[in-house]
Order: sequence, then structure tokens, then C-alpha cells
Amino acid sequence: MASGRQFVDDKTRSTAIVPIRIAAEHADAPEDPRLSDVDEWGRSERTRTLARALYEPIYSKWFRTEWEGLEKIPTEGGALLVANHAGAIPSDAPVIMHGIEKELGRPVYGLADFFFRTVPVLGTLWARTGGVSARPANAYRLLKEQQQLALVFPEGTKGTSKSFADRYQLRRFGRGGFVEIAMRAGVPVIPIAVVGAEEAMPILLRLPTLARALGLPYFPITANVLAMGPLGVVAPFPAKFKLRVLPPVSFDVPPDQERYSKSRIMEESERIRSQLQESIYDMLRDRRSVWFG
Amino acid sequence: MVQALETDPRMDVILGMGTRVPSVPFERAEYVRADQTYSIMNRIVKATQVDTILHTFMITDSSSVPRRAMHEINVIGTMNLLAAAGAAGSSVRHIVVKSSTLVYGSAASDPNTFQEDTPRTSPVKNSVERALVEADGLMRDFAEENPGTRVTVLRFANVLGEHLTTPISRNLSRPVCPSIFGFDPLLQFVEEDDVVRALLHVTQAGIPGLYNVAAEGRLPWSEVANICGTRLVPLSPYSPFKIRPLARLFDLPAELQDLLRYGRGVDTRRFSATGFAYNATSAGAVQTFIRALRLRRQTGKQPLSYTYEHDVEQFFRHSPSVVSGGDT
Repeated sequence: MASGRQFVDDKTRSTAIVPIRIAAEHADAPEDPRLSDVDEWGRSERTRTLARALYEPIYSKWFRTEWEGLEKIPTEGGALLVANHAGAIPSDAPVIMHGIEKELGRPVYGLADFFFRTVPVLGTLWARTGGVSARPANAYRLLKEQQQLALVFPEGTKGTSKSFADRYQLRRFGRGGFVEIAMRAGVPVIPIAVVGAEEAMPILLRLPTLARALGLPYFPITANVLAMGPLGVVAPFPAKFKLRVLPPVSFDVPPDQERYSKSRIMEESERIRSQLQESIYDMLRDRRSVWFG
Repeated sequence: MVQALETDPRMDVILGMGTRVPSVPFERAEYVRADQTYSIMNRIVKATQVDTILHTFMITDSSSVPRRAMHEINVIGTMNLLAAAGAAGSSVRHIVVKSSTLVYGSAASDPNTFQEDTPRTSPVKNSVERALVEADGLMRDFAEENPGTRVTVLRFANVLGEHLTTPISRNLSRPVCPSIFGFDPLLQFVEEDDVVRALLHVTQAGIPGLYNVAAEGRLPWSEVANICGTRLVPLSPYSPFKIRPLARLFDLPAELQDLLRYGRGVDTRRFSATGFAYNATSAGAVQTFIRALRLRRQTGKQPLSYTYEHDVEQFFRHSPSVVSGGDT
């Protein structure tokens, strides 16, 4: 439409008097006055350092952790660590994270059910020490875009809630989601076989009704509670921890595909599961004592 | 926003619409006072043959208006606007909408980072999110039905800056500030000047699409409070502070209660790829806000960068004695 009005001279315009900063002010990155070192996942290296200092005696004196094949874990680049899961409050997760951060000096993000986020205090501590909710989008961002190490337990709570009678019997590996994510992110899967977590906090009995009432995934009666009373709720037995890192599994598929063959995924998932199962049996054959290895 | 647009000589006519008279007079822009549902939009579009509509009036703070009014503004207002723009023979070629990342919600099951096409993981629980999600759907339908019109939707993260007042800024400006016991969520902000710059950027370059607009970096609520020098008062995570008076005492609208538990992060790479550079990071936005607030406190008034005084203004603009080019 026609407008007959004259343009106002720049200097007399209200914007010349009321300053609005519309131009980009910084040629490079703007200043970032952060006070903490919490990253976008909620992990804080300072908190992690403190946690490592506190956990070190448990790791090396209580569990006397021993690794085998730690050099198979890359010092850079993304990789998905996959391990077996056991114990009412599973000690395998902190032991693996502590061990790798201590030995390799690179962070490990532990993927777990988002249920943790809903618990006050615990959820925040979990995030600060490297916990991330196990969603495909999160795993992809960590592995592909940020090339980090992520630890996942494909058995989930099926692994931790099994009773002592079923010890070292790997449960179903979910729906193979971890294989699909590793394929999409183009990173290897590194299986880690853990021995010792089962005996650290064995479940004798489960109370499903109570668990439902409390909204928990499971409610166990552990041997620890019977032996140590209230302390046993959190305190593990001093089982000897042995971990064996298996050779990395790479998938010969292009990353970032819309879909991957479901049969291929299930096949790879099952192969990794049986590899882990086999090396656990192998380690158990060599184990003379639960407490001394 | 209008002031910024006025500096662009390519803009022929600028038309402001709102329910209140603007606090700063416009230079070239004209102003129409409308009701909150934009019911006269259709007539205005026909009469003026505008080609671009900027819809910046969307309410993203449920404590600022009653619930009913928010629905009227966000849903019915958007509907009227789109209806006018989509009418037969409409001259509108570009619609820019200011929306909010509230459409993603905030829940424990959320991914760490929302991309523009990531769906919500939790059902819509509060009125402001419902209204925004509904308006979002209207925009999507409109874009599908009118391929000839460019539609830009900008989803802004929580805004902080020198002037704007939101429930978050009100809480942070007090000596004590609520948090939810045992939760320390990661938040992402955007500086208020960056909001205007983002709107200008898409308007001037005519960029269509759906974009998250949020500054670089996320910081825990405790750190935000720390930068602002306020002390956090943890509220019980189980207390029913949906009870109105308590929520109002702490300035905790429903959408903020969820945010203070689980936070929210968005992927901003798509918008940055259009060539937009932010002036501030999330932490920078918090700092800008608190520095402006401290100055306001110590001078005891609102030292906005400029307070409008009509007579002085008229003098500067029209008096022959003001030398053009001189430093006023």
C-alpha cells in the first residue's frame, strides 16, 4: 500500500533515544558467568571428585576390585559399556564408574530408569554423580554428539530384583535397545562381566505388594538386613569384585539410519548376552572364594 | 519490538495492536487498540493489506492473567489472527508467533534435550501449557492449509533481563526464594534483548519454521539463586501447595512447580543455523537481570535505560534548536 509519509531521520527517531541493543554485541562467544561446574546432564566434576574420594576405600578396601582388560576401553571417542546387573542396591554401577574414572581419567555417564529423578535428594545426587535417564535420545546425544562413555545395564531392574537362587543367570536384555542406539550413534558396545555384585547384597525374598504400595520397582528382604539390621539396608557385604572387559563389538552398519533390521538387533543383543554369560561362568569356574576371589 | 522495527527502512507501515496503550510512543508506527481476542483482526488485515503479522502477545505466565482470559488470548486470539490471515484474498505472507518452550512440559520422563520435533512425554497438566499447545496445533494446521504463507514459530525459554517481570524474576529478587526440597533442576534462559533480536531476525530475513530459542548453557536452580544472592527455601516435595494462597505467596504458578523439579533443556542448533548469534548465555541472562535489579534497588527507582517524558521528547524531535547529528 502506498504510504506518503516521510521517513524520519535516524537521529530523531525514538530508537536513537531509547537504546535497544539489537546488534550482535560479541564477535565471539558471549561471557558466561557460571559459578558451578554442573554440565548439561547435571553431572558435576567437583561432586564426582568428592564422591570418588569417599568411595575409594569401599572400592579398593571393601570390595578389593580387580580389573581385567581395562585397556580395551578407549581413552577417547564414544562407547557404550554394557554390564550385568545384580544386588538389591547394585554396587556394580558405582564400581564400574569409579574404576574407569580413576584408571582412565574420563567421565562415565550411567544410564538408568528415570524413576530416580522423581526421588528427592537421591535424584539430584544421582544426576550430579553422572546419572542420566535411559532414553534413546539421551544415549544418542552422549555417544554420538559428545563422544562420551555411557554405561547401561540392559537387564534393568529384572537383573537387580532377581533372588539369590538365580544368581549369575542373566535376564533378558530388554528389547535390544542398546544395540540399536550403538548402531545409530556409530559407536562400539563394550561388554563388561562383573562378578561379586550378586553376593554383595543378595535378595532372599521380595514383597511385591509392599513395593506396589510404596511405588518402588521392588521391595527386597536382603541377607544384609538379616545380618546387620538397619545398616544392612545400604551396606553391602565385602564380596571380592572382579571385572573383565570383553573385546569391543562393532556393528558393520551405517550410523543415523531411520531404521535398523529388528532381527539383526535381536541377534546382536543375544550374542552379547551369551558372551557375557559365558565369561561370567568362566570367571566363576576360577573363583575359589566369594570373599577372597 | 516496534521501536526496533522502525529502524528498518524497508518497513512501509507498522501497525501495533494491543489491549493497552503503549508506554513508549511510536515514531512511524500506528497503533490500534483491540480487545484481547483480536476480534477486529479480520477487518484490520483487509483494510491495511499488511504482509507480515507478528504475534507476540501470547501469555506464558499463568499468574499474570486469570485463567479464562489466558485461554481467550492464547487460543481464541491466535485463532482470530490466523483466520484473518488465512481469509480469501488475504495479503498476509508471513506470520511470526512468539511461543514458549512450555509446550514441552517438564517431567521426570523427559529427555535431557528437547528438539523441535520431540513430543511431550507427560500429559498437559496446567492451563498455560494447555493453551500454548492448543495454539501450537492451530499454527500447524494453518501452515498446512496455507502453503503460500510463511509461518515462523519461536519457542522461547524462560526470559530474564533488565526489565521483564516474571514469576521467576519476582522470586529471585526476594531475599528468600522457593525451591523444592531434594530437587535442583537445570534451567535454560534467554536474555530479553535476545528475544527481540530473534523476532527481528526472522521477520527481516523472512525465515519460516519452528525454532527453539534459548541461550547457551544450563544451570542448576541453586546456581541461579547463588548468582542472584538469594537464599533458597526448600518446600516439601509432597506438600499440596497447589493450594492457591500458598502458591501465590511464593509466586509459584503450576508450570513453575514442575519446572523447579525437573527443569528443561532445549536444542537450539536449528535456530543458530539460520545465522542467529546470541548476545548472552543463560548465566549471562541471570547476571544481566540481577545487575539491573541491584542498580534499581540502590537508586531507589526504576532507572530504565530511558523514561519517557513527553515534553522533553517533543522538544528533541521537533525543536529546530536541536542540531541533527549532535549528541543529545
